[in-house]
Amino acid sequence: MIAEAPSPFRYIGRKRRPKEDRRFVAGSGRYVADLALPGMLHVALVASPHPAARILAVDARAALALPGVRAVVAGEELAQATDPLLSGLDIPKVRRFPLAVGQARYVGEWVAAVVAETRALAEDAAERVEVEYAPLPFVIDPEAALAPDAPPVHAEHGSNLLYRRKFVWGPVAHDFAAAPHSLSFRARWQRSATVPIETFGVVASWDAATRLLDIWASIQMPKYPDQLARALRLPGNAVRVHFDTDVGGSYGVKRGIKHSVLAAYLARKLGAPVRLVEDRLENMRGGDAHGPDRLFDVSVAFDGEGVVRSLKLRALDDAGAYAGRAPLQLGKPVGAIVGPYRIASVEYEAISVTTNKTVQEAVRGFGQSPTNFALETMMDRVARRLGIDRLELRRRNLIRREEFPYTIPSGSTYDSGDYHRVLEKALAEAGYDALLARREAARAAGRLAGIGVACCLEPSGGNSAFEPLFNPKNETTTWMESCSLKVDLSGTITAAMATSSSGQGHETLVATVVGEVLERDPDAIRVVHADSLTALPSNSPVGSRMAIMLGGAAAGAAKKLKADLVAIAAHNLGLPASALDYREGGVSVRGDAGRALSWADLVEIAHRKFHLLPPGLAPGLQAFHVWEVPTGGALPTPDGRVQMYPCYAFEAHIVYAEIDRVTGQVRLGAYAVGHDCGTMINPDIVHGMTYGGIAHGIGAALYERFRYDANGQLVSGSFMDYLMPTAHEVPEIALVDHCTPSPLTEFGQKGSGEAGYLGAPAAVASAVNDALAPLGLAVAELPMSVALLGELLATAAG
Amino acid sequence: MSEHAIRLTVNGRAVEARVPARLTLVDFLREALRLTGTHTGCEHGVCGACSVLLDGRPVRSCLIFAVQAEGGAVTTVEGLAPEPGAIGVLQDAFCEAHGLQCGFCTPGMLIAAEALLRATPLPSDAEIREAIAGNLCRCTGYQQIVDAIRLAAQRRAGSNLAGERHDR
Ligand code: FES
Ligand code: FES
Repeated sequence: MIAEAPSPFRYIGRKRRPKEDRRFVAGSGRYVADLALPGMLHVALVASPHPAARILAVDARAALALPGVRAVVAGEELAQATDPLLSGLDIPKVRRFPLAVGQARYVGEWVAAVVAETRALAEDAAERVEVEYAPLPFVIDPEAALAPDAPPVHAEHGSNLLYRRKFVWGPVAHDFAAAPHSLSFRARWQRSATVPIETFGVVASWDAATRLLDIWASIQMPKYPDQLARALRLPGNAVRVHFDTDVGGSYGVKRGIKHSVLAAYLARKLGAPVRLVEDRLENMRGGDAHGPDRLFDVSVAFDGEGVVRSLKLRALDDAGAYAGRAPLQLGKPVGAIVGPYRIASVEYEAISVTTNKTVQEAVRGFGQSPTNFALETMMDRVARRLGIDRLELRRRNLIRREEFPYTIPSGSTYDSGDYHRVLEKALAEAGYDALLARREAARAAGRLAGIGVACCLEPSGGNSAFEPLFNPKNETTTWMESCSLKVDLSGTITAAMATSSSGQGHETLVATVVGEVLERDPDAIRVVHADSLTALPSNSPVGSRMAIMLGGAAAGAAKKLKADLVAIAAHNLGLPASALDYREGGVSVRGDAGRALSWADLVEIAHRKFHLLPPGLAPGLQAFHVWEVPTGGALPTPDGRVQMYPCYAFEAHIVYAEIDRVTGQVRLGAYAVGHDCGTMINPDIVHGMTYGGIAHGIGAALYERFRYDANGQLVSGSFMDYLMPTAHEVPEIALVDHCTPSPLTEFGQKGSGEAGYLGAPAAVASAVNDALAPLGLAVAELPMSVALLGELLATAAG
Repeated sequence: MSEHAIRLTVNGRAVEARVPARLTLVDFLREALRLTGTHTGCEHGVCGACSVLLDGRPVRSCLIFAVQAEGGAVTTVEGLAPEPGAIGVLQDAFCEAHGLQCGFCTPGMLIAAEALLRATPLPSDAEIREAIAGNLCRCTGYQQIVDAIRLAAQRRAGSNLAGERHDR
């Protein structure tokens, strides 16, 4: 059940059908694989079977002998013609190209690309490419990779350490010494990812006459056109990315820069459009879309009342064999390093290491969800140590409503919230007392039953200042977003955004916001995705930012347009703007509604009657707005304090679970969430993303893992082995909304694209541990799979 | 490579073609007939994105060859609408309940739901979940899909269009 709150707005916050849905239910979405260009060629990849090996020779003769095969390209050729892909860290010796150069560094790494007239033919030919390898020692475990004698993944780099920094914010040593209690533990977040149902795909087409590269891709990546141009050594305006390509899910990972550089190179080389759509195995092994793979060492100091005084967090993250932007996923959590709690001092050590595994990419929450899991495990353990109820412990530590804006030790200020209230709402929604009774009844009947609790934050709309935090050579402090708007002669409105969408409903967002400001029906507003040459600056839908940033840009453009409409009316009515009222597109004299100019009148003047326009106003009706993060952008202080995110959403999860004593299988029985993301632009969209985020989180908590064996082989490279929750595993979820508006945004909105995922793994882990508590067992490793729990229970049973 | 002549109906239209033996039904629909509403997510029978109705029963079109559809009647998502440009009650319910986000799993979900509602016009939530448990969705957590199918069932039951079939 979802509690209905009255909306103070005309369109915002009300139930309205998302604009996008109709084309998808009709089967009329336009995804990259739906594109068929004349003469289009297809790519299949030859992948390394070794976790580490020198590439001695690539023999393509047998492949090229097949009719219809157009080219086989290996790494050396590509490396000659392109520049290395960018990294978020300052690691120039860790060079990354779309195809392995000289050495393969993980199983599934692409060694050669085969281009043929059909995909089937390209696959046939790929099997005929003979690659001669000399296997090398390899390392799979992130801790082993740090040993001085570990096999080097990139010998030129000198070690397997990509990044290490210890931040100390506040008197940590003093606070630990002064606190009467402390405890330490280790938590493991195994490698999983968001794994969209659509694999990554790209179509590239090069026009030699105009020297223009056209790209259609299932992309969700900041500064993608720019990175493509750089790698291909092309001017920025020689790359045109068509952002009207529908993306079949991403949740962070659709960053196919290597695929795109490869396809673009091949298209240019062969003078024909080239399509590279991963098959599922290419995606799982070689698509470079794995998520965080993290080991936490946590120490916490607290008093006898359970008040947490200080925290030490060491996070060791396995980036895989190369490093794009993924290691920065250790940086985002700096913005919410104490979660929703009042913790006065923090030490945070962030370590990124390279191993012979598939490359890590951004995953929903950008490292925040693993961190939340570590923090919530910590809160549960403090409660258990002191024998205090877990909810009571949280109530004692949660930041209070009257303390906002609240600045945490790492320098971020939380904008607003009412955490206690949201937690109480979640408990009421869950029927907490009845859940307790259910748990006791189950335990009395000899079953393992537990209730999970998690209170987590979603930092949203950030300025990407973790880039300078982790690499001082990079001074990025803006992460702007844009929207342009025009009213045509017929009086209809068209808005353009500068990015593609992967299910977040951005067309609905823009239409709703523009409709709200201009008081025009959002259903009649068309919203288009510009291409990268006509688009204004954008940073794509990452970091839970679009309600804040695209919403802010759209509102800004609409307000400019509205001001122009009022100015035209003022000029023609001979009155100052302050004496006029704008209503539903028309402007009338305050107190004399009969004297008015309608929307049609104003549009007509703007488009046809220069003689009636106020001096200085350009003809036509158009506006654009580029919106900077509401808290702006500043470089981090020398000790690494920084404001990255302006807005903080909050979620409180309550979940009931039972564990089968014999098999170790977990069943979730009830799930309730209190969620506060400020003003919701479209509640159905927010709720949908939250349900979906919880399902992802349940997957990460119980099922999903990219597992490697001792030979460095990925053993979960298909949907038979990489287990994702179905409608059976995801229980019905009871969401209850709360709204603490952000004081920093136009309508009070905060981010919500990562909702659910940020708390669900922690909550499910909490429930499992509560169920294990009567046996004196505890586990802090995700996923809490049947194998893990089954073995734990078997060992405990002796 | 051996080629075979096949005849079948797709969304009520008679189709004749010569296809390689190894061509899957989904590739035939998407590439030869350009019916791109049917998607592929795994091509190994797990995700359900490629679901179509074959003689009224939901099948995974990545797991059967085009030649196996010889003589059959295939309905894809494009065939669920009563007429081009329109959408049916089930599709409309997905819009009303926002039973989708990126839309990639949606054609398969609609096919699974259509098959369910033909056999069980007023299913329980458990029956709905059972019917879509072979279709993966990474966006929605399934809840609004269940809502959409429940809504469609109620609307079909309460409407004199109930039971209308669009695969002609
Ligand atoms: S594509 Fe057929 S089941 Fe996944
Ligand atoms: S709507 Fe995106 S996978 Fe289901």
